[in-house]
Amino acid sequence: MKSKRASFEDALEALGVTVSSTAESDLEAAVTEAVTEPAVGIALDKTAGDEAFSLTGTPVTVDPTPVALREATTGVTGAELGIGDYGSLVLSMTEEASELLSLFVERHVAILHEEDIQPDMDAAVAELDERFNETGGSAIIATGPSATADMGALVKGAHGPKEVHVIIVEEGA
Amino acid sequence: MATADELRELMRTEGAAVAENTQGFNTGRYDSVADLGDYEELKQAARSIKEDAIEELPDLLDQLTETVEANRGTVYIADDAADANDYIRDVVDERAADRVVKSKSMTSEEIEVNEALEADGVDVVETDLGEWVLQVADEAPSHIVAPAIHKSRESIAELFNERFEPDEPLETAEELTRFARKKLGEQIIDAEVGITGANFVTADTGTMALVTSEGNARKTVAATDTHVAVAGVEKVIPTVGDLHPFIELIGRSGTGQDITSYVSLLTPPVDTPVVDFTDDETPLSEFDSDRDFHLVLIDNGRLEMRDDEQLRETLYCIRCSACSNSCANFQSVGGHAFGGETYSGGIATGWEAGIEGLDVAEEFNDLCTGCTRCVNACPVGIDIPWINTVVRDRINRDKDAPGEWLVDGLTPDEEDDGAPLQKRFFGNFETVAKLGSATAPVSNWLADTTVAQQAMALILGIDPRRDLPTFERETLVDWAAARDSQVTNPERRAVLYPDLYTNHVQVERGKAAVKVLESLGVDVVVPPVPSSGRAPLSQGMVATATDHAERVTEALEPHIADGRDVVVIEPSDHAMFTREYERLLDESSFTDIAENSYEVFEYVFGLLDNGGSVESLSTVTGAEIAYHSHCQQRTLGLEAHTVAVLEECGYDVVTSDVECCGMAGSFGYKSDYYELSMDVGDRLRTQLEDDGVQDRPVVASGTSCLEQIDALLERQPRHPIELLAT
Ligand code: SF4
Repeated sequence: MKSKRASFEDALEALGVTVSSTAESDLEAAVTEAVTEPAVGIALDKTAGDEAFSLTGTPVTVDPTPVALREATTGVTGAELGIGDYGSLVLSMTEEASELLSLFVERHVAILHEEDIQPDMDAAVAELDERFNETGGSAIIATGPSATADMGALVKGAHGPKEVHVIIVEEGA
Repeated sequence: MATADELRELMRTEGAAVAENTQGFNTGRYDSVADLGDYEELKQAARSIKEDAIEELPDLLDQLTETVEANRGTVYIADDAADANDYIRDVVDERAADRVVKSKSMTSEEIEVNEALEADGVDVVETDLGEWVLQVADEAPSHIVAPAIHKSRESIAELFNERFEPDEPLETAEELTRFARKKLGEQIIDAEVGITGANFVTADTGTMALVTSEGNARKTVAATDTHVAVAGVEKVIPTVGDLHPFIELIGRSGTGQDITSYVSLLTPPVDTPVVDFTDDETPLSEFDSDRDFHLVLIDNGRLEMRDDEQLRETLYCIRCSACSNSCANFQSVGGHAFGGETYSGGIATGWEAGIEGLDVAEEFNDLCTGCTRCVNACPVGIDIPWINTVVRDRINRDKDAPGEWLVDGLTPDEEDDGAPLQKRFFGNFETVAKLGSATAPVSNWLADTTVAQQAMALILGIDPRRDLPTFERETLVDWAAARDSQVTNPERRAVLYPDLYTNHVQVERGKAAVKVLESLGVDVVVPPVPSSGRAPLSQGMVATATDHAERVTEALEPHIADGRDVVVIEPSDHAMFTREYERLLDESSFTDIAENSYEVFEYVFGLLDNGGSVESLSTVTGAEIAYHSHCQQRTLGLEAHTVAVLEECGYDVVTSDVECCGMAGSFGYKSDYYELSMDVGDRLRTQLEDDGVQDRPVVASGTSCLEQIDALLERQPRHPIELLAT
């Protein structure tokens, strides 16, 4: 059996989604490398090291204005879960506009903690079921870039991002 | 009903694009579900969730209303289209909205909300790219998942260049998409109200699932402050956890993707702030998320469908389009012919009959030939052909009695009130065949004369380009009766079912079957047995079919009680015994016949597997052969047996994988469908004329397939059993 991380990465590759991985301590460098400027983003509520990861030290403008969002190339947000068998990301919808930051850009960079990779869709839905029942909520299961075949051939980047990049933050590293 | 001319025109203008795209989706489905270890379990889970949800629908609607209201949203249950539109118009009016953006939803097509809002002067913009193309072109969708499937890239480019006069003419799919994204993007951020559909709504939390690939539904919700979700009442399921099988199945079943790019699980109103996209000073997080949410659930005939024992299953449909994509006729003509006011494809008959009425369903119902290729494709296990049959029966009964003077005598077992002449002719083919054999060769000569052909074309709508079956004077039953069994110490005992064609027309394959079974030590009898009822059933003559079913069981029961197996050559009859009879007979009669019936190659396979010697059959070394299985045989999972037996006998077998030969019983004989039947057949012909296949002799299991292949190819096809007889 492949590890859930390995099958997650294989699935991402099959979707044309690029992946990099990093230790918590090197996250700033990994983000800097992954973005194409101008980049906008949202600070993570997950900690990296001791504090929530704020994106300071990267070229990412945190909590931009709407106009800055529309002019940006890259949007950086966290991902709540990864789904091993599909290569999907579960994105939440926060008051900090994570939904807009992951959708209104050409390139979406998602930061995912390795321990949040679920083996399969069944497990992921079970987790969402529990969470929605406790606190309500919304989420997007995003798999690969936005795409359409309506114009006579498959084109990536219909309304949403054309490229997706996932940064996996390694456990305890 | 679409006329032959209309069908021809659609095949010419839209056929190529429809065929390419639906076949792509369909192949994608096969590939994608093959990777799912638990495909059948997921389908069963999906089915049972829908069954239970429809059973408990009134309670679920109450629960959902409570949850949505607790979430600060509103639920409105609309009786019909007008009621729903009035409500939505009020919401838009109250918001003082100039523009509404809409993401694709069949339910909103059903109620024609665009027209209602436009009448109020509201600008309604479709954001799904395919839907937008149609809005620009002022055309109706032709597919429930890919609405503009009938349009080629070239025609979209032409449309855009003419309408928008861009500086540089648009050409590639990439350029067209970029252009649409930009244009629609500006309109979305400018809109006040967003309308979406909902693929599923969960009663426990008020969460709706929206399945899309483009991201337009996400933008439609995020960029506006008022969200109206429109869905049929049947979309409610109990819990978020219940979404699991559907998430795994819906994309695979429809476009053949493992999953679409986005599955939005929204519990509105969502937390995303409502921003002013022209603001260059305020950070995103400082906007508030003051949002309004309205869930409009539409009855429009659905609650009545729920009480209708036969149409109820339609409500399990998750609108994935697998039944359209897997349908050979749909692949040729698309949803502009094979569809009603809103819905298209196999299940459209159920939807349109329930929502619009029988007259709308009648317009395209006859395009379902009952081949059953959609049955295994449907993720919620709806027996789509059965719904088509039931509706056809109701349509027949809705009509005035036809010119009885013409068919009296020809159709002694006709339905008392009912089917039109042509349907009754095909539905009572048993009588025709009996007369045909009794009067052969006169009947054969008569059928060949121009006068007779013109009369048949005129009165019965039989296409003069079709060769009619040639009746044999000595039937299989007569041949067998005049002959002694060749087996002294039988291994098993069987009754070979003399279907109409084998008995009267393709008598040779019947004789071959008897000889093969005898070679393997089976004692065979061939008693007279009534025809299975397949013919009347496919004409929607359910009462006549039931009568056949009862008489067949009566004739076969003593043999079964006597320990004989029932061996069936014709796959469509075998499917009657093991599938459709469940609908026509009481449970014990059905089980009795279903459990004791075998398709002839399934039976031979079993005999060989149980120690029968292949040496007693006619074998070859490596001879090449091409095999075309039969639709219903494939649905029942029986294609593999024929291939395995042929291989064991030394053949090198290639098989066809097109969905259908294009004939499906009487369908291809009818003048209105002759060209469609040939168009579908053309895909099979192409495969059989491929490199490496073109010189192979062809064998096929089904009667109509044999007739059709005979018409398509120079090479005359045979039934595979004829290869095995010594
Ligand atoms: S009937 Fe079945 S296959 Fe057809 S659209 Fe509905 S769910 Fe899909």
